[in-house]
Amino acid sequence: MAINTPKQTSHLKREILVRLIRSFLSDNFEEKTRMIPFDMRPKGSEVPYRCCIYKERAILRDRTVAGLGFSIEETDDSTLLSELANKALDRKEPEEHPLTVLTTACKGCVPSRIYVTDLCQGCVARPCVNTCKFGAISIQNGKSVIDPEKCKNCGMCVQVCPYQAITKIIVPCESACPVGAIAKGEDGHAKIDFEKCISCGKCVAACPFGAVHEKSQIIDVLKAIKSGKKVIAMLAPAIMGQLPCTPKQLHEAVLKLGFSDVYEVAQGADVTTKNEAAEFVERLEHGAEFMTTSCCAGYNELIAKHLPEIKPFVSDTKTPLYYTAEIVKKEHPDAITVFFSPCVAKRREALQNPNVDYVLNYEEVGAWFIALNIQVDTCGESSFKTEASAEGRNFAQTGGVAKAVQALLPEEIPAHPVLIDGLNKQSIRDLKKYAKNGVCDIGNLIEVMACQGGCLGGNATVNNYKAATKQLNNYVKESKPIKDMETEKIGH
Amino acid sequence: MDKKISVKVCLGTTCFVMGSANLQELIDIVPAKYGNKVEVSGVPCLGLCSIDWEFSKAPYVKVDDDVIKEATVEKVLTAIDNKLKES
Repeated sequence: MAINTPKQTSHLKREILVRLIRSFLSDNFEEKTRMIPFDMRPKGSEVPYRCCIYKERAILRDRTVAGLGFSIEETDDSTLLSELANKALDRKEPEEHPLTVLTTACKGCVPSRIYVTDLCQGCVARPCVNTCKFGAISIQNGKSVIDPEKCKNCGMCVQVCPYQAITKIIVPCESACPVGAIAKGEDGHAKIDFEKCISCGKCVAACPFGAVHEKSQIIDVLKAIKSGKKVIAMLAPAIMGQLPCTPKQLHEAVLKLGFSDVYEVAQGADVTTKNEAAEFVERLEHGAEFMTTSCCAGYNELIAKHLPEIKPFVSDTKTPLYYTAEIVKKEHPDAITVFFSPCVAKRREALQNPNVDYVLNYEEVGAWFIALNIQVDTCGESSFKTEASAEGRNFAQTGGVAKAVQALLPEEIPAHPVLIDGLNKQSIRDLKKYAKNGVCDIGNLIEVMACQGGCLGGNATVNNYKAATKQLNNYVKESKPIKDMETEKIGH
Repeated sequence: MDKKISVKVCLGTTCFVMGSANLQELIDIVPAKYGNKVEVSGVPCLGLCSIDWEFSKAPYVKVDDDVIKEATVEKVLTAIDNKLKES
């Protein structure tokens, strides 16, 4: 599985975040922010990626704009970073859409199409000509040629060519998007249609030029902490596989950032498990053929925007974040809550939930540790006040949610889990089919994860997928099974 | 037998976040490729990132006494190959 492949674009994004955080903490936020592109590419420095130093700086400037939490599309090119830094300090709440495209960084990839390369041998068999249902391929000067007017991009010729001489040119963001929400606009650059976008973050991870950014809320969070307010961190289960330290050290490290308390969202996951298991039993007793989980924010956006027909089969149980935030606000009504997230989709969920004030992703959290020179592996250990179960902590992996629900089901109502390990065009077609037929032929409990690998494969994770899985598994192993917890105590 | 080449992959927080998370695979690759000629380990912060703004050059890997900046799996393997040729 190619999840979390090493990328230089991540290095750039993280470097900017570190510099932004240090700017905020310095005595001159505006000026230090304005200087970020120049500090990163000073006069006479190497130009590692683009045509010239000016282009590099322009792109770094735009990356900083996204780091300040603004949309590139709506920000005038002539506005100075210092002005924007100031504006970020005045912002009352995060912007509605969490993603933004940097036209400066976008390559303007060649349009997606099927292309015959020089490897074509002009063979006698001509399987490409014979296979094409649309009559789009002819032989000219001894080589296959595709008529773009007739070609439907089906890719049959690609599959049958004995020389693998025909290839599909893809636009990475378009090809990664499961719902056709990002496409090249009239100017050739990528553009997001926010009516269709489900904020799954696949384009962020896919773009080799790093042209799609999350709008960061880091300044808002830093500001809240600086103001002396009580700010509480809620850590999604996936973070326990993300940094080189133990969960107890991470607890301590997060306190060092200035948070007044830290909760595990696995605590809320235990409530989700309890409610979802009860709901599963009830639905099946009332004759339902299947139920899908409801904890993935990307999936919930998909349902709302593209798949309303599956709604009756989706569990009404709330997400682990929902329950955790509810508990936190009950215990600390005056607190500002910040969710530490592996993905961009949770930013949308947070916007719709008044109990969640801000979201930081793991790249931002990592950058924050760097900015403050906090070595997480040398931090002391402190415990979470409420211990979550093994199953709750395992929500971050594909299969983890289904396994948790199964752990609380009575023997007479067994679940047959079906795992949707990543939303893509095919898995969305499958879900549509289950909804239309009212039955899923291969199981009755469908766990849906928008990302391949579950939350550990989220677009904003920092650890290598395999290493993260190992680390999380160790934590799960040392945790208490949910069955051994007293039901009334779950989540409290 | 000559002295073994030592490879230290920094797994301090800065290096980890800036990319050494993806260098952890070296700990499996290197012994498989070079047997006992090379000793590889993940180590706590080497202290290279804290100087000035040097975090931006992380992740760091040390091959014997040579420091590799912005290390990648490929850069480290090349450095090991060069060392082996020298010896």
